[in-house]
Amino acid sequence: MTTHAVQATGLVKAFDDFRAVDGVDLEVRRGEIFGVLGPNGAGKTTMLSMLATLLSIDEGHAEIFGVDVRREPHRIRQLLGVTGQYASVDENLTASENLWLFGRLQGLPRAEARATAERLLAQFSLEEAADKPISQFSGGMRRRLDLAASLISRPPLIFLDEPTTGLDPRTRGQMWDTIRGLVADGSTILLTTQYLDEADQLADRIAVIDRGRKVAEGTPDELKSSVGAASLQLQLAHDADQALAIEVVRRLLHEEPVLTPQASDGRGGRMNVALDEADRAADVLIALRQSGISITSVSVDKPTLDEVFLALTGHDTGQSDQSDSRTDEPALEVAR
Amino acid sequence: MSTTITTPRTPVQDPLDLVARTRSHTSFQETVSQTLTMAWRATKKMRRNPEQFFDVIIQPLLFTAMFTYIFGGAISGSVANYMPLIIPGILAQTALTACMAMGTQLREDMDKGVFDRFKSLPIARIAPLAGPALADVIRYVIAATLTILVGLAMGYRPGGGFLGTLGGWALTIVAAWSLAWIFTWLGTIARSAQAVQGISMMIMFPLSFMSNAFVKEDTMPGWLQAFVKVNPVSHVVSAVRDLMNDGQVTGDVGWALLGCVLVVAIFAPLSVRSYKRHL
Repeated sequence: MTTHAVQATGLVKAFDDFRAVDGVDLEVRRGEIFGVLGPNGAGKTTMLSMLATLLSIDEGHAEIFGVDVRREPHRIRQLLGVTGQYASVDENLTASENLWLFGRLQGLPRAEARATAERLLAQFSLEEAADKPISQFSGGMRRRLDLAASLISRPPLIFLDEPTTGLDPRTRGQMWDTIRGLVADGSTILLTTQYLDEADQLADRIAVIDRGRKVAEGTPDELKSSVGAASLQLQLAHDADQALAIEVVRRLLHEEPVLTPQASDGRGGRMNVALDEADRAADVLIALRQSGISITSVSVDKPTLDEVFLALTGHDTGQSDQSDSRTDEPALEVAR
Repeated sequence: MSTTITTPRTPVQDPLDLVARTRSHTSFQETVSQTLTMAWRATKKMRRNPEQFFDVIIQPLLFTAMFTYIFGGAISGSVANYMPLIIPGILAQTALTACMAMGTQLREDMDKGVFDRFKSLPIARIAPLAGPALADVIRYVIAATLTILVGLAMGYRPGGGFLGTLGGWALTIVAAWSLAWIFTWLGTIARSAQAVQGISMMIMFPLSFMSNAFVKEDTMPGWLQAFVKVNPVSHVVSAVRDLMNDGQVTGDVGWALLGCVLVVAIFAPLSVRSYKRHL
């Protein structure tokens, strides 16, 4: 009776010498939203593709609702709805033609295919665009149509590969509501994301993937507590104060501040302090003042994916060497 | 008014009940239905990209007139005498160039996102390949019909009468559909649409010119004659000539049809296999 939605052990996918997925175990329970969090190129999409029978499994074993993925791909495809990172709908067809096509392909009689298309268009507020070519669709409309197309057969398990990447914040919020609605209907969802915020908002449990390996797994709270609920960034006025500042923070919070990578470029003095709650920032600042340490800049942020990574793996996501990478992740930039 | 789910929803079915109802293969009936649905998609695409009809409209008009008037006198003494030789030849060549587009089209199509969804659906793996092939018959019908009409307009009077001409017309279309599977296979193995285009050209030119389509093979050197005789295009050309000019179902018609069956029997499974491997 304890059949999991997804049960995978030791998944490996290698492209030549590169092991894109390198021995990942995954267990998704029925009725939950499971988030796979990781930066670009971590192997999230590859892993999803393997489970969705779109890529062969090189090593390891995977079952979906107890059905062997490698041995019975055709049965797996009847249990899954897959929504890719890039909308997989037909550019040459209108929205309703797309839904009709996918309905017919999955064996719906003509009338039922039409009724299902209409129902889904209404459900995703696409009625007005029903007969427009997809080329006139906005990014958010495409995603919605794409998701609608994945729901035609009412699959009990839905894979969402970065469902909100590239969407504006408003559309992203709508997509989140939609995803919550699917779970309320009894679906199980496996989603990948680059945004800690998104995993936090949606997922019941999260696996953090880095370079093809799972580096952490837990509830959003467990994961965040490893880096604190907020992080305080300090720039010291004098490099010489660094040792003293570290000592002050250690005494106050009983933990080490992290010297950010910029510290190595000789300027020094920049440090990152994980906080259980944002309020503690004031305590740190007061303690520094009392010790006679002056600072030139200070900010309190939510932990970014980079910081989660730094904490979990000891290296950053590999995306932060361009300083503008943060602008790609507006959801993580709060309270600046 | 937000754009989220607003209408009443029905809960999804129990996963384990659904698992019990899943099947491990598509039935023949489902495969046919899925292929027809894919063909419907391909016709929609054709209607929205009418340039897909340029080659099958321009080429019969241009090539039939061009080849007949240029080579007619030199090869057969007069344009009128050349017609019975060249019209079936052009038919075969037109069929070949028309079906060549299959590979490029498929390759371009496969690179698009929608093919990811086709792959993730529980449908027969041959449906996304056989559907467009079926829809492409429309193009072959246009090409064959126009070529014959241009021939008639230029004074070609097929000795085989209406039935013979109809037979030649039908055989051309069957041959085009069969040969298209070679290019479909190319589409599934090549890396890019340009590569498919290049390879297709290299196959198309020898097959159409190193045949008896334009010139009778007895003026060619022996080694070339040997190739011309085994070239399936030659058999199609001879068969179409026998049907249109003499109204006879000769051995060449049998060979041509057998060749078609063989091509499909080899290249359709190969195409499906390499399409699967693309996953």
